[in-house]
Amino acid sequence: MKKLSARRRHPLAAVVVLLLALAATGGLYAAFAPADKAQAEETAQSLAIDEGKKLYAVGCASCHGTGGQGSPDGPSLVGVGAAAVDFQVATGRMPAQQPGAQVPKKKNIYNNDQIKQLAAYVASLGAGPVVPTDNQYNPEGADIGKGGELFRSNCAQCHNFTGEGGALTHGKYAPSLEGVSPKHIYEAMQTGPQNMPSFPDTTMPEKEKKDIIAYLDAVNGEKTASQGGLKLGGLGPVSEGLFAWIFGLGALIAVAVWVAARTAKAKKS
Amino acid sequence: MSTTTENKKAPAGERVADWADGRLGIYSLAKANMRKIFPDHWSFMLGEICLYSFIIIILTGVYLTLFFHPSMNEVEYAGPYVPLQGQLMSEAFNSTMHISFEVRGGLLIRQIHHWAALIFVAAMLVHMMRVFFTGAFRKPREVNWLFGFLLLVLGMFTGFTGYSLPDDLLSGTGVRFMQGAVLSVPVVGTYLSMFLFGGEFPGGDFVARFYSVHILLLPGIMMGLLVAHLILVFYHKHTQFAGPGKTNKNVVGMPLLPVYMAKAGGFFFLVFGVIAVVSAIASINPIWAIGPYRPDQVSTGAQPDWYMGFSEGLIRVMPGWEVNAWGHTLVLGVFVPLMIFPLVLAAIAVYPFIESWVTGDKREHHILDRPRNAPTRTAFGVAWLTWYFVLLVGGGNDLWATHFHLSINSITWFVRIAFFVGPIIAFVVTKRICLGLQRRDKDKVLHGRESGIIKRLPHGEFVEVHEPLSQEQLHTLTAHDQYKPLELGPEVDENGVARKVSRSQKLRAKLSKGYYGGDNQIPKPTADEYKEITSGHGHH
Amino acid sequence: MSSQDIPEENLPSEQDAAGHTLVKGADDPFADPGMPPHEHRIQDIDEKAARRSERSVALLFTISMLATIGFIASYVAFPVDKIVYIWPIGHISALNFALGVTLGIALFCIGAGAVHWARTLMSDVEIADERHAISAEPEVKAKVMADFAAGAEESGFGRRKLIRNTMFGAMALVPLSGVILLRDLGPLPEDKLRHTRWSKGKMLVNMNTHEPLRPSDVSVGSLTFVMPEGMTEHDHDFQTEIAKAALMIVRIQPDDIKDKRELEWSHEGIVAYSKICTHVGCPISLYEQQTHHVLCPCHQSTFDLSDGARVIFGPAGHALPQLRIGVNEEGYLEALGDFEEPVGPAFWERG
Repeated sequence: MKKLSARRRHPLAAVVVLLLALAATGGLYAAFAPADKAQAEETAQSLAIDEGKKLYAVGCASCHGTGGQGSPDGPSLVGVGAAAVDFQVATGRMPAQQPGAQVPKKKNIYNNDQIKQLAAYVASLGAGPVVPTDNQYNPEGADIGKGGELFRSNCAQCHNFTGEGGALTHGKYAPSLEGVSPKHIYEAMQTGPQNMPSFPDTTMPEKEKKDIIAYLDAVNGEKTASQGGLKLGGLGPVSEGLFAWIFGLGALIAVAVWVAARTAKAKKS
Repeated sequence: MSTTTENKKAPAGERVADWADGRLGIYSLAKANMRKIFPDHWSFMLGEICLYSFIIIILTGVYLTLFFHPSMNEVEYAGPYVPLQGQLMSEAFNSTMHISFEVRGGLLIRQIHHWAALIFVAAMLVHMMRVFFTGAFRKPREVNWLFGFLLLVLGMFTGFTGYSLPDDLLSGTGVRFMQGAVLSVPVVGTYLSMFLFGGEFPGGDFVARFYSVHILLLPGIMMGLLVAHLILVFYHKHTQFAGPGKTNKNVVGMPLLPVYMAKAGGFFFLVFGVIAVVSAIASINPIWAIGPYRPDQVSTGAQPDWYMGFSEGLIRVMPGWEVNAWGHTLVLGVFVPLMIFPLVLAAIAVYPFIESWVTGDKREHHILDRPRNAPTRTAFGVAWLTWYFVLLVGGGNDLWATHFHLSINSITWFVRIAFFVGPIIAFVVTKRICLGLQRRDKDKVLHGRESGIIKRLPHGEFVEVHEPLSQEQLHTLTAHDQYKPLELGPEVDENGVARKVSRSQKLRAKLSKGYYGGDNQIPKPTADEYKEITSGHGHH
Repeated sequence: MSSQDIPEENLPSEQDAAGHTLVKGADDPFADPGMPPHEHRIQDIDEKAARRSERSVALLFTISMLATIGFIASYVAFPVDKIVYIWPIGHISALNFALGVTLGIALFCIGAGAVHWARTLMSDVEIADERHAISAEPEVKAKVMADFAAGAEESGFGRRKLIRNTMFGAMALVPLSGVILLRDLGPLPEDKLRHTRWSKGKMLVNMNTHEPLRPSDVSVGSLTFVMPEGMTEHDHDFQTEIAKAALMIVRIQPDDIKDKRELEWSHEGIVAYSKICTHVGCPISLYEQQTHHVLCPCHQSTFDLSDGARVIFGPAGHALPQLRIGVNEEGYLEALGDFEEPVGPAFWERG
C-alpha cells in the first residue's frame, strides 16, 4: 500500500487512472447496452412448424394481420411478392424484434425451405415480384463501368460511393452493402424494402441491375484492393482527418518529444 | 579537404567562404546566428512540423504538376482501373487516375502530398494553440502571431483548392457548395459566381483557375509569409518557460551549431519519414472509388477535408432562413454561416490585441505563462476550441449518426444549442480548473510536495509528510507576474470636478476586473507568508 | 543504457558549482537560484557508452542507405499494378507499400541518426544568450526622425500639394485597369439561372435506359431520374445543363398528396421535382419511400415530396421546384413547360 500511495504522485498516475476510468465506462456501457442476441428464442417454437401459413401466423401475423392485410404495426403484404419475403426474412430483418426507426439486419432464423413456404404464402395474397433466379442476378459478363455510373446516379446518394452506407432522417439509415449477396441486392432494388425506393425493371432493367451488382462486387467485394493502403472505412475525409490527427500528428508529436527530451544523466546509484 | 599539397593556402571551404563573405557578408551574418540559442521543449517543435510538412508538400506538389493536366475537357477513361473504363471524365480526373495507377510511385507521392497537407494544417492549429495558451503572442511577437494566423487561413484555402483539382465526385460537390455560398452574397452573388466559374456552374474553367491559385498564387504568398515568420522568430529569439537561470533578459538552451542543426535538420527527415510511412499504409482520397464529378450525382457522407469541417458544421446546422422582399432574396440560411466562418477565425486572431489593451502592458515578454496562471486567457482559448469542435461535430453529423446509432436531427439540434452554450460552459469550467491549479501551486510552495508517506505522531495523529520544495522549484512556481485590476479612480476629483471617464475606459476596467479582480486569480504566495509557515514548528 | 555499470570513479564529483551561487537572496526564498550546474551524461564520462552511441548513429545511417537501395529495387521489381495481401492492412498495391516503407525508413533513419548524435554525443551544456531590447535607443530614434524630416522637406512633399494630390490620384486610379481586365472572367448572369433545358412537350427520358417513360413504368415507391429529351452525356454542355435540369420522378397515391397544386401538376400521382437542392445545390435524392421525405446528403435539408416538397428540416430556405408534367399523344410522360421558378440555390435576384 505504501508503494501505491507513493506512486499516485507519479506523472503517469493520471493517465493510468484515466485508462481505468475509460475501461470501467466501456464495461458499464457493454453491460447496459441493449442485448442483440436474445431475439431468437421467442420465435424458436415456430421452427417446428414447416408450413407457410402456419409460419406466417406465428411469426408475422401479429404485425401484418392474420390475412396479410396489414395493421398499425406493419404494412400490408398484399402484392409485395415473394422477392420481398425472401429479402426480408433471409436477411433476418423479418420478423422484426421491436418497433424502431428502422428494422436492422440480423441473424436469419428460418431455413431455406421455410422461407420458400412463407414466400409462397405471401405471394398467394397478391401478385408481386418473384424471387429472382441465378441468371437474373449473376453479375458475370456485366458492364462494371456502366454499373458504376448507375450506382453513382441511383444508389450512392444513400449508400455511399462504394456502398459503405449512410445516415437518413430521424435515426434511419442506408445499410452497408458489404457482404450482401447479389440475390439480396437484386431483390432490394426490385422491391424497395422499408424506406428504400424500388427500382423496378420498367425503369431499371435486369441488365442494369446486374451491372450494379458487378460494380459493387468490384469495388466492395472480398477481393477488392485498396491500392493506397488502409481503406479507413471508405468514409472519406472525416476518417482521413481523424487518422491524420491521431496517427500522423500524434506520431510526429511523439517524435518531437523524443527530440527535445533531455538525455539521461549519469547518476550515482 | 585536399590541402595536403598546398599548405600555404587556406582550406578550400574557407576559401569559398571568403569568396562569399566578400560578396554577401556571410561572416557577420554567421556571427550573429551560428551559435544562436534555442531552448529545448517538445512544444517548441510544433512549428517545425508545420515548416517541414510545408516543404514536403511543395516537393511532392512540384512532382505532381509534371503529370497533372488541369483541364476540364471530357475524355473517356481507357486506363487500367476496370470499374471506370468507358466512363466520361475530365482530363483533370483522368490524369489523376494516370498518376495513381500508371506512374510508378505516383500514388505514393499523391498520398504524401495529401497526408502532408492534412498534417500541415493540423500542426498549424496545434502550434497556434501552443502559442496562444502560453501567451507567446505578447509583445514583441504580435505581428508574428498575425503572420502565423494568415498562414493558417491561406493553408486552409490552398488545401481546399487542391482538394478540388482532381474533379472527382466528392470535391465537385464541395465546389458546388462553394458556388451556392457565393450565390447567396447579396447584390453581387450571381456576378461573382459567373466570373469565378466563367459562366454557369460547373462550366469548363474552374479546374484551370483553381490550379493557378493552388500552385502559384497562394503558395507564393505563403512562402513570403513563412520567410517573414521565420526571420522574426530568429530576430526575437525564442521564448522560454520560467525556470532557474531563465530570465526575461536571456534565452537558455543549446546552440544552433551543432545541436539544433542536427536536431532540427534531423527532425525534417523524421517528419518526412513518418509521413512517407503513413502514405505507405493508409489510403487517402481514393478518387477511383469516388468517381468523376457530375452535377447530378452525389454520395452520402459528402464532407470537405477536416480543416474545412467547421464551416461545413456551420452550414449544416443553420436554420433555413430566407427573406423575400421587393423582388429580391436575402439568403440568410447560407449567407449567415458564410459570414460567421471568418468571424470564428477572427475571434482567436484578435484576442492578443484585446488582452494587451486590457492589461495595458507595454513590456516585452519572453517568459511563457503556464496556462493556469492566465485563467481568463486559457478559459477563452478552451471556449474557442469547444466552439470549433462543436462545429466539427456538426460537420460530421451524418457519420456520428450512423456510428453511434443516433438521429441526425437530434445531433443537429444538439449542435445548434451547443454552439451557444458549449463555449460558455467550457469557459466557466476551465477558469475554475485553472484557479484550482493555482491554489494547488500555492499550497505546494507554502507546504511542500505531498510525499504520500503517512507518519504517525507520538500522540497518535496521522499526518502526511510534506517534502519542502527546492529553491529551483520555488522560483519556477512563483516567477509569474500577477496583474492588478485596473482602477478608474474616483469619478469626482479632489476639487469636486467630475472627471470624464470614457465608455471604453469603463469597459476596460470591467474587463480588467474580470481578468484579475476578486476571485479571478489566486494571489501567489509571498516571501513573508512562506517564511511564517516554514519558520514555525516545522511543516508536516 | 542504465547507469549501474558505470565505475564510481568516473562519475562527476559533487559538481563544480562555481558560478552557480548567484544572488542566493537571503531574504527572498523565491529568488532565482541561477542555472543549475551541468550534469554529465553517461556518454560524457564513459567512452564505452560514447562509442556505443557512435555505433548506433552509424547503424542508423547505414540502414538508411540500405533502405534507399531497397527503394530503387522495389521501383524496378514491382509492377505498378501488383496487388498483395498484407496483414492487417488488406489487399494493397505492392509498389506503393514497398516504396513508401523504404522511403520512410531511409528518411526516418537519417533523422533518427542525426538526433541521436546530437542528443548523446554533442555537448549538452546549456548556454544562456543575452536578449536586447527590440526598440531603438532614443538617440537612434531622434536621428531617424531628423533624417525623415530632412528627406520630406527636401522632396517638397508637404509644400507642393498639387504634386502630392495628383500623385495620389494617379496611384489610386491605375489599379482600376487591373480590375477592368477581370471583366471577361465570365458572362453577366442575365437570366441564365432562371431557365433550364425543360420546355413544353419535351419528353422525360430515363437516365438509366435513355428511353422515354410511360406512366405505367413508374410504380408507387419507386425512384427514377430523368433528363429532357435531346440531351446526351456526350454533349459539351451536358455538365452545365444537367446541373439545372436534373429531375427526379416518384409516384405517390393521389390521396396521399397533401398539396393541391402538387396534385394538379402531377400525372396520376406521378410528380416531378428538381433534383438540385435549393440550399447550395447538391443533388438531393435520398428518398424515403414510406415517409415521402427526401434528404440532402450534404447538409441534411429535408423536403416532404407529398406536401409540395416544402422544407421540413435543415438549412434550405424554400421548397424544391416542381415541374408540371403530362402525357403526350404516344403515351409518354412530357414536360408541360419549364420550371416556374429558378432551380437550385437561392440568389439575390431570385425574388
